[in-house]
Amino acid sequence: MKSISEIDNIGARTKKDRIFMGLVVLLSVVTVSPIVLIISKLIIKGYKQLNFGFLVEKMPDTMQAMTAVANNELIPGGIANAILGTLLMVVLASAIAIPVGIISGVYLYENQGKWMANLTRSVSDILQGVPSIVLGLISYLWVVKHVTNGFSALAGSFALGIMMLPMIVRSTEETLKMIPQTLKEAGLALGIPYWRVLFGILIPTGFSGLMTGILLAVSRVIGETAPLMLTALGSSVINTNISKPTSAIPLVIWEFYNDPNMVDLIWSSSLLLMIMVLAFNLTAKQVAASRK
Amino acid sequence: MNTNILQIKDPILSIQDLSVAYDKNVAVKNVSVGIKKNNVTAIMGPSGCGKSTLLRALNRLHELYENITTTGSVFLNDEDIFKMSPIKLRRKMGMVFQRPNPFPTMSIYDNVIAGYKLNGISQKRQERDEIVERSLRDVALWDEVKDSLTKKGTFLSGGQQQRLCIARALAFNPEIILLDEPTSALDPVATSKIEDLLIKLKENYTIIMVTHNMSQAARISDYSLFMYLGELVEYGKTKNMFTNPQDRRTEEYLTGKFG
Ligand SMILES: Nc1ncnc2c1ncn2[C@@H]1O[C@H](COP(=O)(O)OP(=O)(O)O)[C@@H](O)[C@H]1O
Ligand SMILES: [Mg+2]
Repeated sequence: MKSISEIDNIGARTKKDRIFMGLVVLLSVVTVSPIVLIISKLIIKGYKQLNFGFLVEKMPDTMQAMTAVANNELIPGGIANAILGTLLMVVLASAIAIPVGIISGVYLYENQGKWMANLTRSVSDILQGVPSIVLGLISYLWVVKHVTNGFSALAGSFALGIMMLPMIVRSTEETLKMIPQTLKEAGLALGIPYWRVLFGILIPTGFSGLMTGILLAVSRVIGETAPLMLTALGSSVINTNISKPTSAIPLVIWEFYNDPNMVDLIWSSSLLLMIMVLAFNLTAKQVAASRK
Repeated sequence: MNTNILQIKDPILSIQDLSVAYDKNVAVKNVSVGIKKNNVTAIMGPSGCGKSTLLRALNRLHELYENITTTGSVFLNDEDIFKMSPIKLRRKMGMVFQRPNPFPTMSIYDNVIAGYKLNGISQKRQERDEIVERSLRDVALWDEVKDSLTKKGTFLSGGQQQRLCIARALAFNPEIILLDEPTSALDPVATSKIEDLLIKLKENYTIIMVTHNMSQAARISDYSLFMYLGELVEYGKTKNMFTNPQDRRTEEYLTGKFG
């Protein structure tokens, strides 16, 4: 008589299952390891420089950095000019992209199936695929050459804002589509004009969805380098004038890379940038989860 | 003239030759009927016969959708509703939907006062408090929620939410309240509370209610419309219609032969 395990070939099956499970674990490790390696590398190499001064002082010059490196000390100064520049440009880009994106999203939502809306949606999707350097070039041609007559934070913000736009348009449309139609009808049935229904009922109801889209858009553009090289250029001083050249965290990382004396600062700057991106991402996840 | 349609003297609402079409599909066909003030009028008929479509024509909700065309006329106190601003019209005609739909981001208090607040009507706090209290008392919800006015409306039970939605519609002191199967999503206890409420509310308001529940129509309505395939088949006092229907289709529906 054959045993059950022979009949059913259970032995072979568990073996197959084991191999399969092992493969799954292995592939998961392969997927996760780059991010773990990147973050641990950044922490190990960057944490020393990432002190309070790093956040509030402006960039050191090459001489200061060289002396510090020669004496085996921490490089003095920080990247406050870049942090402020990034914040300035992200805020300005949001100020451009959020209203335009939300209004376009509302337009798409209200005109489902019409050709103008379909065209707008397609154009917005195409925009999402345009390489960021091309957007930088466009902003250079339009804003740098004709509006601010020189490299400027505004030009950088324009490029970043255009990058954010399609994501906000999409998330606005998708969010509004998920709100029950009867909420809108209930508002209008109370004799409330459409735009007040929109801003008083629909947008607050979809707030977390819109917020998620905005935060993800910000986390995407905050690390953009190429378009800023052509527009904001960079600056070693703290600048708050939107029509003047301005620094940004990815820009100083590039500068540090090109200056042998400053190489140590690459890691702390990247670590800071990574922390910011993660913070925006995690907040977006949190907001999205709170919707339930 | 169709003799099965009762003529109402001095109706508050006079519907004349009203038709509504979704694209080419005519869902309400040449309906003419007068609605009596301070009464409950039920709109009955099998599913898909055009009850909701008729009701939604009355506060011009169809205008939100481009594929819907409405023809004919409706007079509210002798004023042509299609010549009024929709905003003014809708303040005179509150609407309650099939599923309770309080505004999810708003507190109970804000839900009731939403019509004022979102219209940017400036009021003293005290004035608002009074409107909220009166409206919630009207729907017998005040005692249940007076200590939790700042809580979200969506925390209430289904029946309470529906009464909150009625209160929201009452806040503007409308002349007419339109209800589209307001109890179909509720349990029997919540349903009977709302039915009691509607009987009480007709002292101050005119009520038009869609229902596909015949016994509900019999319990609370004074007048009934019976619709079939988009047409108004019969209209009269509810009592008469239930005891002595004139049209064969009405009779078949009321005796449960279809529907
Ligand atoms: N939004 C719509 N678009 C197209 N047809 C519709 C729409 N709403 C209702 N209809 C059609 O109109 C007819 C009447 O519908 P409705 O008024 O909702 O009926 P009832 O409320 O009596 O169940 C039905 O045939 C239905 O299919
Ligand atoms: Mg219906």
